[in-house]
Amino acid sequence: MKLITAVIKPHRLDEVKTALQEQGVHGLTVTEASGYGRQRGHTEVYRGAEYTVDLVPKVRVEILVEDETADEVIDVLVQAARTGKIGDGKVWSVPVETVVRVRTGERGPDAI
Amino acid sequence: MPDGFSAGDTAFVFICAALVMVMTPGLAFFYGGMVRVKSTLNMLVMSFISLAIVSVLWVLYGYSLAFGPDAGAGLIGNLDFLGMRGIGLNDITGTIPVTAFSAFQLMFAIITPALISGAVADRAKFAAWGLFIGLWVTVVYFPVAHWVFFFDGGNGGWLGDRNGVIDFAGGTAVHINAGAAGLALCLVLGKRIGFKKDPMRPHSLPLVMLGSGLLWFGWFGFNAGSALAANGVAGMAFINTQVATAAAVLGWLAYEKIKHGAFTTLGAASGAVAGLVAITPACGSVSPLGAIAIGLIAGAACAAAISLKYRWGFDDSLDVVGVHLVGGVIGSLLIGLFATGHVGQTAQGLFYGGGFEQLGKQAMGVAVVGAYSFVVSWLLGQAIDKTIGFRVSEDVEVAGIDQAEHAESAYDFSAVGASLGRAAAAPTAEKKVDA
Repeated sequence: MKLITAVIKPHRLDEVKTALQEQGVHGLTVTEASGYGRQRGHTEVYRGAEYTVDLVPKVRVEILVEDETADEVIDVLVQAARTGKIGDGKVWSVPVETVVRVRTGERGPDAI
Repeated sequence: MPDGFSAGDTAFVFICAALVMVMTPGLAFFYGGMVRVKSTLNMLVMSFISLAIVSVLWVLYGYSLAFGPDAGAGLIGNLDFLGMRGIGLNDITGTIPVTAFSAFQLMFAIITPALISGAVADRAKFAAWGLFIGLWVTVVYFPVAHWVFFFDGGNGGWLGDRNGVIDFAGGTAVHINAGAAGLALCLVLGKRIGFKKDPMRPHSLPLVMLGSGLLWFGWFGFNAGSALAANGVAGMAFINTQVATAAAVLGWLAYEKIKHGAFTTLGAASGAVAGLVAITPACGSVSPLGAIAIGLIAGAACAAAISLKYRWGFDDSLDVVGVHLVGGVIGSLLIGLFATGHVGQTAQGLFYGGGFEQLGKQAMGVAVVGAYSFVVSWLLGQAIDKTIGFRVSEDVEVAGIDQAEHAESAYDFSAVGASLGRAAAAPTAEKKVDA
């Protein structure tokens, strides 16, 4: 099993969600996040005092998938999140040892 | 009612008094939106507490000290009206009851110390602040109001009645007074932790806009009401207030666009307040064109002045000095240039054939009130700081003053970690929570 984590632009979340549902992904977890990569922040001015806001609002999407579908899901996700402009985000995956469905106690791929 | 009483004037002054009252909660929102989330409530209640403290002191002795018969040399009123005794229902001043005049003037006494709170945002102990308000109105505001606002046929206050300093609605008594005190207090308390390093962005510009809107609205009572009658002078003061404020918004925004490249919301709100401050002393003596000139100058000059705190390193958190002291000085001095001699007052400024005489008087009023307020406020601040302490601890300041001083927080961002219990978490809060 794999945990796919994506940090993307907040306004792409709906497209990503729809694309993943069409791909057969059953569930996901979304967290508000902030950060920056090569994208620079912006400057705000309050009574002449300039503030550099370098942490930009993002959302972090986490999905558990089986090994064999991971690459496909990542491709779909990347395509849905892409705007082509700087600051589109990152996606990565890591191996997962155990998954348990809390309600039934099922383990492994059955619990996804 | 005796001869000379006017029901129309009286009704007008009561409405104006109520309008001025709403300026203080308006100010609370104006300031409250400009601070960080963690000290929002403290900022709001620092203004609100002034309504409570000053109202009581006003009846006890404030009205008597400010507007009682002069006790000598135009410096202070006597004690004839302690507890408002001796003021009958039928006593009138001009065409309105003394009670109406007293209520109207009370609202000025309330908002003036509230204005100072912006200079010490985020770091003053609430009890120390309350004590400061009580002492400050007693030894600074009440006497200065007497100097400037008490007229008694040449036997009244020494600045206004005896020396002809014009302050129609409070440029010296309210704004220079509060601005100089704000400068003194921020020097006594010192800089906020992180001043010039940490971002201290306003947490809610919508609150700032709400507050400045309420201030603008209430200011018609402040300025037009100072005619103390529903007459042409009130009308002129009203229109002057509107156009000077409008011009100051434009002046501030123009300065900002040129200097910083953006028309900011905070700049528009700040420009409005700067214009209101500047036209306050002048609204009864200049024409609407003069008012526009005063507003434009004040808007741009105050926008420039607020950078002084970064340059000179004093942490006047919400620019009480840059807006109220500078705006008040500009408005008071420009009377010496723009007074027409036939709006509400007869003195003429330099541009209307009056020479330098009135300008000299205005400069004296500015210097005297500014210096007196600065020195006495600094002494009061030091006295409080050396006894009960004026500033909260470093831990409290970093964590946010709302929790430590008021056992509350302005916004509930998450229910995680909160639980219902009889005993509140902080021991100080326990006493305040009444089961």
